[in-house]
Amino acid sequence: MSRADVCVVACAEAFRGDGEILAAGIGGAITVLAARLARLTFEPDLITHDGVCLLTGDVPALGQAPEVVEGWLPFREHLWLVLNGRRHVMLGASQIDRHGNTNISCIGDWARPKAQLLGVRGAPGNTRCDPTSYWIPRHSRRTFVPEVDMVSGLGTDRGAFELRRVVTDLAVLDFASPDGGMRLVSVHPGVSVDDVVAATGFELHGVSGQVARTREPTGEELAVLDRLDPGRLREREVAA
Amino acid sequence: MSPGMSPGMSPRVSKVMTAEQVAASVESGMTVGIGGWGSRRKPMALVEALVRAPARDLTIVSYGGPDVGLLCAAGKVRRVVAPFVTLDTIPLEPHFRRARQAGEIAFTEYDEGMFMFGLLAAAHRLPFLPTRAGLGSDVLRVNPELRTVRSPYGDGEELVAVPALTMDVALVHLNRADARGNAQYLGPDPYFDDLYAKAAGRCYVSCERLVDPADLLKEGPVQSLLISRSMVAGVVEAPGGAGFTSCEPDYGRDEAAQRRYVEDAREQG
Repeated sequence: MSRADVCVVACAEAFRGDGEILAAGIGGAITVLAARLARLTFEPDLITHDGVCLLTGDVPALGQAPEVVEGWLPFREHLWLVLNGRRHVMLGASQIDRHGNTNISCIGDWARPKAQLLGVRGAPGNTRCDPTSYWIPRHSRRTFVPEVDMVSGLGTDRGAFELRRVVTDLAVLDFASPDGGMRLVSVHPGVSVDDVVAATGFELHGVSGQVARTREPTGEELAVLDRLDPGRLREREVAA
Repeated sequence: MSPGMSPGMSPRVSKVMTAEQVAASVESGMTVGIGGWGSRRKPMALVEALVRAPARDLTIVSYGGPDVGLLCAAGKVRRVVAPFVTLDTIPLEPHFRRARQAGEIAFTEYDEGMFMFGLLAAAHRLPFLPTRAGLGSDVLRVNPELRTVRSPYGDGEELVAVPALTMDVALVHLNRADARGNAQYLGPDPYFDDLYAKAAGRCYVSCERLVDPADLLKEGPVQSLLISRSMVAGVVEAPGGAGFTSCEPDYGRDEAAQRRYVEDAREQG
């Protein structure tokens, strides 16, 4: 069992209880594996896609085409689905603050950025209309900042529909605190609370007292992951 | 009209032209919409012709990819209207980045769904369409001209009024077209090319292959006929005309060419 395995399972847990909605990942191995793992184990009604525009009837391994196609989701339908809300998306973030406001647009002053990134993409609508979780592969003060430079995804103080959880390479966090601020839920095996606090540029709830340990993957889950990702692409997203 | 042709069988008015003729029809200061998405089915042959043409100070409306990058690099762009500019497999588009970081271009940054509603509003000749996408985000801060509207019904909800993304010219690339501009996509995603055609004063279609109208349904079902000739001002046959971006099923993205594009951009600084 590796840190990446723990992260995939922690991301998959975000989809628990979602039922018959689209589990959308931003791409990359971890979020895609998380949705597929959840569907193959504890959340069998989930809808997953091929990363382009097919809803897959089976659950193929990373990079493999589906053998069964059960639906069509071109970009226009995907954007419709965002507004409709039968979707839970796991996004990424270049910056995130204590209320879960996120930035993928640019670093520095928007008028003339120090670094132009992607643009806001669909983050404003995603977070306003759909349950949203985040996967952040490097938990650091560069990413976990007091204030984001350009609010792309909404935080709990700006009308987010529902921020379910934030999974990083160190921990699982959520916003189930009285003021909607970020709360430490669990630390991954081998990680201390101090590690998380040191890597976070704002005050976290839930760091005093006993903090839970993120659960380890079951044998069944590890077997599923080995089938879905035999080349262990997931390891490349998480520092050892 | 040519006498002696059977109605509906052969093109009476051919709209076939060259990429250079399309580019020459674009005037400085115009708003140009460009179809496709990211690095997928972009009308690159038309964009490259526009790079060589005299028009400048353009406003480019696009789910942006290398189309936006090339035009920025050529100094053609006054403003970009987009929710992102990306090469998909390479997340950041180097020319757009440089232009933004150098303060060379204005930027109207929308959410992806807002952008679609802007296209839908323009296609339906509406002044705006309301949506929740964008509410609460800094998209409203950096676009202070955006207004909200309140639902006139019992819910009274406040929504973003996305203004119509009307455009002077739209450029799109499809798999097949006939000489009068009926255009067909054969890949898995239409993107928003039909909306660009409907939102523009003039739409130009480039295609992988010009076909006889009688042959359009030989390669795809009737639902693949995305754009009607009534929306099209000109047709250009441009085999490979989306490259290096993808044009499924005729070809995928040329990843090696895309990497070279990024390396060349880096060398240009």
